[in-house]
Amino acid sequence: MATTTKLFGSRIKRREDPRLITGKGNFVDDVKLPGTTSAAFVRSPHAHARIRAINTAPAKAAPGVVAVYTGKDLVEGKVGGLPCGWLLPDIKLPPHPPLAVDKVHHMGEAVAVVIAENPYAAKDAAELVEVDYEVLPAVTDGEKALQSGAPVLHDQAPGNLCFSWTIGDKDKTEVAFKDAAQVVKQRLINQRLIPNAIEPRASLASFNPATNDLTLWVTSQNPHVHRLLMAAFVLGMPEHKVRVISPDVGGGFGSKIFLYPEEVIVSWASKTLGRPVRWTAERRESFLTDAHGRDHITEAEMAFDKDGKILGLRVKTNANLGAYLSTFAPLIPTYLYGTLLSGLYEIPTIWCEVSGVFTNTTPVDAYRGAGRPEATYLLERMVDLGARALGMDPAELRRRNFIPADKFPYQTPVAFVYDSGNYGPALDRALQILDYQTLRQEQERLRKEGRYTGIGFSTYIEACGPAPSQVAGALGAQAGLYESAHVRVHPTGKVSVYTGSHAHGQGHETTFAQLAADELGVPLEDIEIVHGDTGQIPFGMGTYGSRSAAVGGAAIHMSLQKIKEKGKKIAAHLLEAAEADMVYEGGKYFVKGSPDRAKTFQEVSLMAYLAHNLPKGLEPGLEATSFFDPPNFTFPFGAHIAVVEVDPDTGTVKILRYVAVDDVGNVINPMIVDGMVHGGITQGVAQALWEGAVYDENGQLLTGTMMEYALPKADNLPSFETDRTVTPSPVNPMGVKGAGETGTIAATAAVANAVMDALAPFGITHIDLPLTPTRIWQAIQAAAK
Amino acid sequence: MYPATFEYHTPGSVNEAVSLLDRYKDEAKLLAGGHSLIPIMKLRLAQPKHLIDLRKIQGLSGIREAGGAIVIGALTTHWMVESSDLLKQTLPILPEAAGQIGDMQVRNMGTIGGSLAHADPAADLPAVILALGAELKAMGPKGERTTKAEDFFVDLLTTALQPNEVLTEIRIPLPLPKTGGAYEKYPHPASRYAVVGVAALLTVDRRDTVQSASIGITGIGSKATRARAAEQYLIGKAPDNDALKTAAERATEGISIRADLQGSAEYKAHLAKVYTRRALTRALERARAA
Ligand SMILES: Cc1cc2nc3c(=O)[nH]c(=O)nc-3n(C[C@H](O)[C@H](O)[C@H](O)COP(=O)(O)OP(=O)(O)OC[C@H]3O[C@@H](n4cnc5c(N)ncnc54)[C@H](O)[C@@H]3O)c2cc1C
Repeated sequence: MATTTKLFGSRIKRREDPRLITGKGNFVDDVKLPGTTSAAFVRSPHAHARIRAINTAPAKAAPGVVAVYTGKDLVEGKVGGLPCGWLLPDIKLPPHPPLAVDKVHHMGEAVAVVIAENPYAAKDAAELVEVDYEVLPAVTDGEKALQSGAPVLHDQAPGNLCFSWTIGDKDKTEVAFKDAAQVVKQRLINQRLIPNAIEPRASLASFNPATNDLTLWVTSQNPHVHRLLMAAFVLGMPEHKVRVISPDVGGGFGSKIFLYPEEVIVSWASKTLGRPVRWTAERRESFLTDAHGRDHITEAEMAFDKDGKILGLRVKTNANLGAYLSTFAPLIPTYLYGTLLSGLYEIPTIWCEVSGVFTNTTPVDAYRGAGRPEATYLLERMVDLGARALGMDPAELRRRNFIPADKFPYQTPVAFVYDSGNYGPALDRALQILDYQTLRQEQERLRKEGRYTGIGFSTYIEACGPAPSQVAGALGAQAGLYESAHVRVHPTGKVSVYTGSHAHGQGHETTFAQLAADELGVPLEDIEIVHGDTGQIPFGMGTYGSRSAAVGGAAIHMSLQKIKEKGKKIAAHLLEAAEADMVYEGGKYFVKGSPDRAKTFQEVSLMAYLAHNLPKGLEPGLEATSFFDPPNFTFPFGAHIAVVEVDPDTGTVKILRYVAVDDVGNVINPMIVDGMVHGGITQGVAQALWEGAVYDENGQLLTGTMMEYALPKADNLPSFETDRTVTPSPVNPMGVKGAGETGTIAATAAVANAVMDALAPFGITHIDLPLTPTRIWQAIQAAAK
Repeated sequence: MYPATFEYHTPGSVNEAVSLLDRYKDEAKLLAGGHSLIPIMKLRLAQPKHLIDLRKIQGLSGIREAGGAIVIGALTTHWMVESSDLLKQTLPILPEAAGQIGDMQVRNMGTIGGSLAHADPAADLPAVILALGAELKAMGPKGERTTKAEDFFVDLLTTALQPNEVLTEIRIPLPLPKTGGAYEKYPHPASRYAVVGVAALLTVDRRDTVQSASIGITGIGSKATRARAAEQYLIGKAPDNDALKTAAERATEGISIRADLQGSAEYKAHLAKVYTRRALTRALERARAA
């Protein structure tokens, strides 16, 4: 078993870091090609407007300008609209042109592009493009967009409704509520977030007219998906003539999964002009055009019996999709949200209705957690409200409702089958780290002094590594959910691993090398991990949904088995032993029982390529390709507890402690998982306390710079206290689960519940996110009246 | 983020800078630390055709004591203020406030002169300069002139400086004995500028009566201002908790408060009062201990 060997499970320092932290990374903007031109986009200052006319003449005449294109030029150039990668029944699919043609639908939407000799000239000329807009009324709020008389964005979607989707059993849920001893109801706003990866989106396209090859360097979490969508669906270029490279990428959090207009336009422009074209987003453009996250308004109701057992859950969600359908937008508030509404609780019946709505805002898509933080926040708030209403301890109420460890595999009422889980121990461990009882006594004592501390729980489940492809296809996916791995052993026994996963902060060059080095029994230094290049790697699905280790890692594992099998044949032949008697251990093939009759991995590799003495019929070479299509998601879970103090004078919240006990199955590299958990918690805390996109009623983004949009800062956070329980996943050979999003999924609810617990003496039960001092202070004032 | 084209000048003296300013008038901007100007140029909200860099001019930076006052050169960085031993001994409120500006990178580049000349309504130092009763010296084509801090801040991003004047130094009288000061700041969660910043300076006499009180408030209005009503209330009083509380309640009198994403005018007024009480409480402790 892999877990017993030495690299799996060790805190190996990230091999990619020396290069990244000494400024020697190779990001898209670092790629230099002779003759490169720069693109600057002319963007709409309005959220909703008809384009009456565009005058590009002054810009075309400006110094250094190579070309200026508008939406009409792209239409004439046969550039298609951006496709949507997940379809739902009766979904409305309005066109999504890369450059607006007749109408703009959100602030920052591109209406023209200037290509010039350098970025300054491009930017200067972009200011000279004259766009005559007829400004239209805008709507930014998902609920208002559905009201009659609201401005309509797309003719194809009357009333701005993109889709209606349901899951669960309506009638059964209604009955459950009739029998309830206690029902809690709450309207919950899960506010819109803006991702802000540290590296802004960038693309550099280079078309070679001699060979008709296009190479696109792009900040992508899934270069093959980019190539497929762009080549086949938008540009109509043969897929084998397009190479997409996403070199070092500085963070994505989901926002770099999607196909965006800019990479399409620079590719087309490069082909049209025969010169390389580069675009790198300004931070302001990141705020306005990177797909946003969340933005739900939900009416939730939860029914309990008198002992605090949950009887049913009813959810009605308005999901704001923004102005267009981003690549995977329909998936997030449906199959990644409604299916998670059982959490880790035994809930007999659930009914969930979701309306996906167009508004004059930046498109919304997957953002770290994607649907699951929304589901977890909802559930955990409702469970807490239930505990408050029933006068029960929130930890105890949760425990009472956990799916018992002996009930797995567990069929939830919302489609998922949880294959494994053991939830009690994670909560117990978290309570123990916290010293819960002492803390409750301390809280009582402080309250008498007029100090308000609160303890908030979030026991969560996550579904990672979406799978399997066949089911996804039936549910509307326009892509598969497997992963590829090609392992190439070189004649000297050095190994290159080509993975379809993509690292943009995850540390695959380390963790995947740990897997491979262990399996082959060779030093870590002998393993190279190659990712992010469609020219080198078999078709892969990339990195999102915490899938890389569980799906990408499993594909590597499969290929390594094939390598070992072939190696065994060669070694048996060389040692004149039966293949069945061969053992492979510590980098050596030997005959069972006589470790001295051995051939090293290097000797076998060399022979595979010399081919002087191979078993009859065996092909030379030592390579293997695998595609792993998992039978199911993996289901990490855990218990997070936040302890906060609220200053009632100002409404400010201080996080005193944060305890996280996660179960992500077997852990390849604990240090990397710790880092993931820390970063995730930080993002989750930020949603609870600081972050939130704000539009005014005209659709102007008011939080469009770092000066207004509050990203988390290290000095506002405590030192996290983390631990893990280990319940291996049965769906992949390593027993790993996803670890990339757990923190984000859990933390928002933990902090929000802690703040509400602190404010309990004021009779406050709920405040909407983010819990800014001004909102908390207002709630205290209102409660005092 | 690419600014519009500009010409870059590096005058070697204040007079040379003034004559460049005078020549290019509205088309020119002075550059100090660049941490307010360059961001707005990159957003193209400012597009000066001529950028006049003050940083090659000798003698505009540094902190010294002269004639019963502390003199700080306009180009002195926030970090120099924050770390100055002379200031820590004589005017500790100033390093305390400077140390709360932005982050280390900002403090290494940003200058006191730039901060005061820019007059951002949420900047920290204007409140402190007001409380300290500083004087600001500027050089123009007609020579030097001095403005009192309370006359210097005119409105949002507007000071008493003429477009062709260079702020050269800030002169702060040494405080009386038994003076204590404190700066209390509620930072904006994103920018770290002051949503509210209160600088309070109290002098008590031997019988623990307030001899003088001065309070500068930044963040809530269109410019930093003195909280005159609160100051007046305290003078001659025994500074017990009730007195400080009542004074703090008067902190926002006469200030028209701007609501923004950080809160309603009502909330910001409340914050200003809470922070005034906190600043006064700490200033008093220090005055008594002095
Ligand atoms: C991320 C960030 C966070 C910040 N946080 C804070 C904060 O918490 N609190 C705070 O107070 N400030 C904050 N600042 C602003 C910072 O303190 C600036 O440095 C300061 O406001 C301006 O000083 P500067 O030397 O950089 O001036 P510059 O940006 O160079 O100039 C600003 C303006 O003043 C004019 N000017 C400069 N020097 C003179 C002079 N000698 N005479 C006449 N005019 C002159 C310039 O022409 C320009 O119009 C922050 C800035 C950033 C980028």
